[in-house]
Amino acid sequence: MTILEKVTALLGEGAVLEAGTDRVPRIAPGSPDAVALLLGTAHQEGWRVRVEGAGTWLPSDAPADLALTTRRLDRVPAIEPQDLTATAEAGIGLDQLRQQLADRGAWLAVDPPGLAGRTLGSVVATASAGPLRQGFGPVKDHLLGVTFVTGDGRMVQSGGRVMKNVAGYDLTRLQAGGFGAFGVIVLVHLRLRALPRADVTHLLEGSRDELTRVAEDIAAAGLTPAALELVSPALARRDRWVLAVRLVGSPTLIASDEAGLGRFARLRAEEAQGFWMRLAEGFAVRPVTFRIGGVPAASDELLDLLQHQVGDEWISAAPAAGAIRWSGDATVDRLQRLRRTLAALEVPLTLERAPWPVRTAVGHFGAYREGAGPLVAGLRRTFDPGGGLVVATDGE
Amino acid sequence: MNASLASDLAAIVGPRHVRLARAERATYAMDGLPTHRRLPEVVVLPGTREEVIAVIRLLAALGIPFVPRGAGTGLSGGALADEGAVLVVLTRLNRILKIDAANRSALVEPGVVNARLSAATRPHRLHYAPDPSSQSACTIGGNVAENAGGPHCLKYGVTANHILALEVVLATGETVELGSRGGEPWGPDLVGLFVGSEGNFGVATRIAVRLTPLPQAVRTLLADFMALRAAGEGVSAIIAAGIVPAALEMMDQSCVRAVEDSVYAAGYPRDAAAVLLVELDGHDEAAVTAEADAVAALLKHAGARSIRTAADESERERLWQGRKKAFGAMGRLSRDLVVQDAVVPRSALPDVLEAIAAIAAAHALVVSNVFHAGDGNLHPNISFDATDAGMRARVEAGSAEIMAVCIAAGGTITGEHGVGLDKLRYMPLIFDAESLGAMHAVRLVFDPEERVNPGKVVPVHACREWAAGTRKWERGTASAVGSVL
Repeated sequence: MTILEKVTALLGEGAVLEAGTDRVPRIAPGSPDAVALLLGTAHQEGWRVRVEGAGTWLPSDAPADLALTTRRLDRVPAIEPQDLTATAEAGIGLDQLRQQLADRGAWLAVDPPGLAGRTLGSVVATASAGPLRQGFGPVKDHLLGVTFVTGDGRMVQSGGRVMKNVAGYDLTRLQAGGFGAFGVIVLVHLRLRALPRADVTHLLEGSRDELTRVAEDIAAAGLTPAALELVSPALARRDRWVLAVRLVGSPTLIASDEAGLGRFARLRAEEAQGFWMRLAEGFAVRPVTFRIGGVPAASDELLDLLQHQVGDEWISAAPAAGAIRWSGDATVDRLQRLRRTLAALEVPLTLERAPWPVRTAVGHFGAYREGAGPLVAGLRRTFDPGGGLVVATDGE
Repeated sequence: MNASLASDLAAIVGPRHVRLARAERATYAMDGLPTHRRLPEVVVLPGTREEVIAVIRLLAALGIPFVPRGAGTGLSGGALADEGAVLVVLTRLNRILKIDAANRSALVEPGVVNARLSAATRPHRLHYAPDPSSQSACTIGGNVAENAGGPHCLKYGVTANHILALEVVLATGETVELGSRGGEPWGPDLVGLFVGSEGNFGVATRIAVRLTPLPQAVRTLLADFMALRAAGEGVSAIIAAGIVPAALEMMDQSCVRAVEDSVYAAGYPRDAAAVLLVELDGHDEAAVTAEADAVAALLKHAGARSIRTAADESERERLWQGRKKAFGAMGRLSRDLVVQDAVVPRSALPDVLEAIAAIAAAHALVVSNVFHAGDGNLHPNISFDATDAGMRARVEAGSAEIMAVCIAAGGTITGEHGVGLDKLRYMPLIFDAESLGAMHAVRLVFDPEERVNPGKVVPVHACREWAAGTRKWERGTASAVGSVL
């Protein structure tokens, strides 16, 4: 029997989707249990499995015997507006989830790079925070728990559905940003916010230096913007660099923050929506996207370094949070050199998106600090004992 | 073995910092929960990270298990060492190594007391936000181990949200650096995994924490209710309105009276069925006042009898002192106290509080509730007399029933105190054998011999087998399960 025949016998014809251009069988399990069944079988058979969501972020190009897509795991079993929590399957598109939450007066304060239909599981697995990390923290801060399936088909729950939980080790945080190396996330328990009563965006154009100073002043003044993002001209589709300030919450709080902004221009609601959407989508256009995280005071120096080593055409930075995201075209050699340079400055570089040859050579992660490499390898062996999950964790 | 081990340890830390006499070791036989008692074989108090490493290497060479411990204020029996294990007390590593005001971070040793860090950063208009009630005594290292919370974690997040990087000494004595100064991980989030691992993964010897600006404007409200349910509904109304108070705390009548009878009397109305303490903060006086007005209106609508706003900082401190010292005040009610810790969905609070009252009545127990209502994090505290065997049995039965009610409501068995020894028996109620097995397997990655804080957090007997780890140490596990009192 071929792999396709075995999988069809296992999960039924409904789970088999049309293969991509590389002709790797594409399987869409319809439930978390079906994911466990598939991965358990793959482990026994020695199949290499690549995991995909909607296929809008990472290219579907990793060499594998089959592609597991989570796109049929798109149910939202629970939305609890009173508790501001929800439970969603990993394959639901963020745009659909947002709409369902908004209908119930709730909001997930996460705005990752990529297209609007990017799946929840993809965002969690890659810990892809966007500009809202400034006000609402990284992706992990929005997770109450996850259910995941290991490379050998075991289903594991971690965390729970309530606001605070210290029962057992926090495997949720291991999964958030694990890039799928420690299993396939199938279900996510989310921490929500009430849909903001007001949501406004202000822009200021200028030179990078000038805007960096303005951003510092805003942070120092104690304002609490939801996003404070410095965006390169190409990405912002403007002539000059842009500093974007997003304020969400009660109209009173926003009015008080707006008073402290000065000479910014306030966007109309649809303009603001378009601005943030284009910014997110801009990172899914060029072949390579990475993020780096330094201390806030080093943001300017890091932007200089990026400009010097890989150019700063497509870049977005949260100077007050120390986070920078870069997109463009860069060779393996250049990326490896950049990671080494940054590591010497104690700044991690996480490769978020790239063609397989680049991913496998550079690795999503790398430049581990003292002693961390063996722990990562041990965790990888624990959650994927056969090494069947095709994930480019570490570079060559 | 004791004398020779003590002598080897003394060679590292100096004889003054090794405790061998039974009376000295008895000082360390309990933590903040009086229902568990273990006598460590030896107690050692290293004074530097180098001494910590040397001590752990010695214990690794000898194959001896050990338990890291901070101030011993934990509430789960987590920092207790059995005979045969060495207690490594980290309170002498109490230096604040660096305050980086520009980047709002600090680097500290694990024995730094929580409140001391906030006091040290206050001149920079910064503070360390997680504020457990024991903050005047508990250490940052202990906070990291337990992923400690506190009243102000509603807005600012728990310990895990404030730890940027760690230097960890593994059971072998090897050091590992996790996380980065900016908080971005080097790969998977091992800092997030380590925080809350209750000492099972190693000893944090250096901790980089995020600091938070002090709010420029603060309003503290005290609302009192004649029915517990109405207070619970007031909490739900605030959350559902999208308002995120800095803190939202509830105390029931039993707790209020204990506080008001004590030296911590805060002026809470003694006849109220419950009081809510609500704090709002921000950078703008007018905006915070407007939010406070909105909260007051919601609470009135929920049935608040009266709402009082702290007129000045001293009144605010008094209101908070009553809350933070409530556990201490309960010492007036009886000689022993079980501080429980569970979390439920916020909307379930009114029903769960009524169910707890019914359980208390059925077992003739005095239960006082003082808790983080905004998070749904309950602390039903049972006052009892441990010398009364019948009462001990009722306390144990009542505790188990309270946990069952919280789990049935969709909640969990601990929100901030940790599993330790105390909650081991409840772990299989919320995690299946596969998930417990996964946790155990992760522990083996960090500590293959299971020598650090053995017998805690994961009930090994309830795990499905995962990795083929060599388990040299299983003492404590079996005896701990089911021996709460």
